[in-house]
Amino acid sequence: MNATTEQPAKKGRKKFELDPALAAYKGVWVFIEHERGEVHTVSWELLGEGRKLADQLGVELAGVVMGAPGEETRRFCDEAYKYGADLCYVVEDPVLENYRNESFTKSLTDLVNTFQPEILLLGATTLGRDLAGSVATTLKTGLTADCTELAIDPENRSLAATRPTFGGSLLCTIVTLNYRPQMATVRPRVMAMPDKDDSRSGRIIEHKLNMIETDIITKVLEFIPDNRADKPQLPFADIIVAGGRGMKNPDNFKLIWDLAAVLGAEVGATRPVVQSGWVELERQVGQSGKTVRPKLYIAVGISGAIQHRVGMESSDVIIAINNDPHAPIFDFATYGIVGNAMTILPALTEAFRQHLATVRKAV
Amino acid sequence: MHIVVCIKQVPDSAQIRVHPVTNTIMRQGVPAIVNPYDLFSLEEALRLKDKYGGRVTVLTMGPPMAEAALRKCLAYGADEAVLVTDRAFAGSDTLATSFALASAIRQIQNDMAVDLVFAGKQTIDGDTAQVGPGIAKRLDLQLLTYVSKIESLDLEKREITVHRRAEGGVQVLKTKTPALITMLEGVNEMRFATMPNMFRAARYPLKVWDKDAAGIEDVTKIGLKGSPTIVSKVFAPTAKSQKASMIETESGDPRDIAITLLTKLFTQHPKLEKEIGKRAA
Repeated sequence: MNATTEQPAKKGRKKFELDPALAAYKGVWVFIEHERGEVHTVSWELLGEGRKLADQLGVELAGVVMGAPGEETRRFCDEAYKYGADLCYVVEDPVLENYRNESFTKSLTDLVNTFQPEILLLGATTLGRDLAGSVATTLKTGLTADCTELAIDPENRSLAATRPTFGGSLLCTIVTLNYRPQMATVRPRVMAMPDKDDSRSGRIIEHKLNMIETDIITKVLEFIPDNRADKPQLPFADIIVAGGRGMKNPDNFKLIWDLAAVLGAEVGATRPVVQSGWVELERQVGQSGKTVRPKLYIAVGISGAIQHRVGMESSDVIIAINNDPHAPIFDFATYGIVGNAMTILPALTEAFRQHLATVRKAV
Repeated sequence: MHIVVCIKQVPDSAQIRVHPVTNTIMRQGVPAIVNPYDLFSLEEALRLKDKYGGRVTVLTMGPPMAEAALRKCLAYGADEAVLVTDRAFAGSDTLATSFALASAIRQIQNDMAVDLVFAGKQTIDGDTAQVGPGIAKRLDLQLLTYVSKIESLDLEKREITVHRRAEGGVQVLKTKTPALITMLEGVNEMRFATMPNMFRAARYPLKVWDKDAAGIEDVTKIGLKGSPTIVSKVFAPTAKSQKASMIETESGDPRDIAITLLTKLFTQHPKLEKEIGKRAA
């Protein structure tokens, strides 16, 4: 998204000079989040974005891998290089076996204080948000949550982090001038997955964490994994049919499910629909829900407020159906239909059904 | 037992509109509400009070009008309410806000030791989820975010066991109080305000603290000065250079529209046709 009306900066834009002590902070870091032997894809998305920032600054891009000895930290490092990291900082300690705020905050804070990165990026997951808020407060530095765009301000080499604001009706760009590191979180699927380059490799810097189990008050008694089969997986769905308030009632909303069934699609919804209890929370798309990047997104009865838009505008093709010809969704959809969703949806479902039947016969 | 619940008064974001011409926010007539996420934390605190007895204090930082949000919480059953308000707080980011709230909680402690602090998992206006962890770090409280269930609380041993939503599963965590908890949404339902509580809420003499009363001496830690992050610009999202291609037919018949759309869609995006054909068997 681009700016149209720039409003004057809140603080005067006088010539900025970075405190010399802070100028020593160099490099872009990405926290590599992993759980049960798998790296969260948001970490790779961030490496892709971090690579661009590091190249622009002419500095190195590093992955930060923390875990227990015996975990596959080296494999995670090898993968991180392929997604763009030049080096990895590795902290291995038994107290890092499961995520706990205390041990991870101390580990990451120590690492930052020792090696001094200028930018530190984390995924805006439950883990990343818990950790980022704690680390930023401990380091007394700035943290910008849920960014949708990261850039380097060429004037002063600072990180310009853009995110929705005011309940998502506007965007704002936030900078952290005289504090280091500049921290930001980005939600899964907001940034594109970078290409994997198998020829890339990098180096490892190990760091010791001086912490023993008895130092840590919080204990993990158990981890109950989700049964993934019965949870909708919107962030990775290829086709999504989503409904908004324009569907008017839960009965009409069944039309969304009908179309989704024909397309083999996931069902998504806006915040008001979820708040009304028509569908479960996991189906909410938008700033306070999931970010999705499907090949096809069909938005029905959705006005396209920025709150929702930031969660789905990276979809390859967007079809919007709305009875209001001035609905903002028509400003960024690929195809638009102005009309009554309650009559168009069944017709569309039927048209897809017939068309797909012929396609399948042909194959 | 003493529980402090941090809340925030927010504009009901569902009702915020951007002026189509000037691209400024139209605040007029937008009702202020208690941040919906905070209510799950308040309800959980009230349930603990129902079970173990004690006191629930609600705390907010904001403009004088935030009083209404605190009275709402009193009507739900909170016992005490503190409003921290001072012009010096204007422009506070999350780091400065956690400093001010942590300082106020220390003052509240002087009256009665605090066992648990609750906060919303995030607000609907800022959406940062940073203030809760910030307060925990500043007060050296154990941090329990995204809690879906409080399994047990042992006040004697000062032990608490909770279920915490993590990526891909639920962590069962046991820790010591004092702790800071943020509740996950949808895990409980806010009770109705009772008549006696509503009357009490209306008459309750709110504690209104300026920065001095909140125990803040160092003004470089609050407001714009205490905020590392700076908003460099605010702007409205723009339309893509190309607007949607509108599907219209002369008849206006839904079937014609649907077929026109499909023809266009699959001609311009043949890959999509294969993709859907493959999966929707």
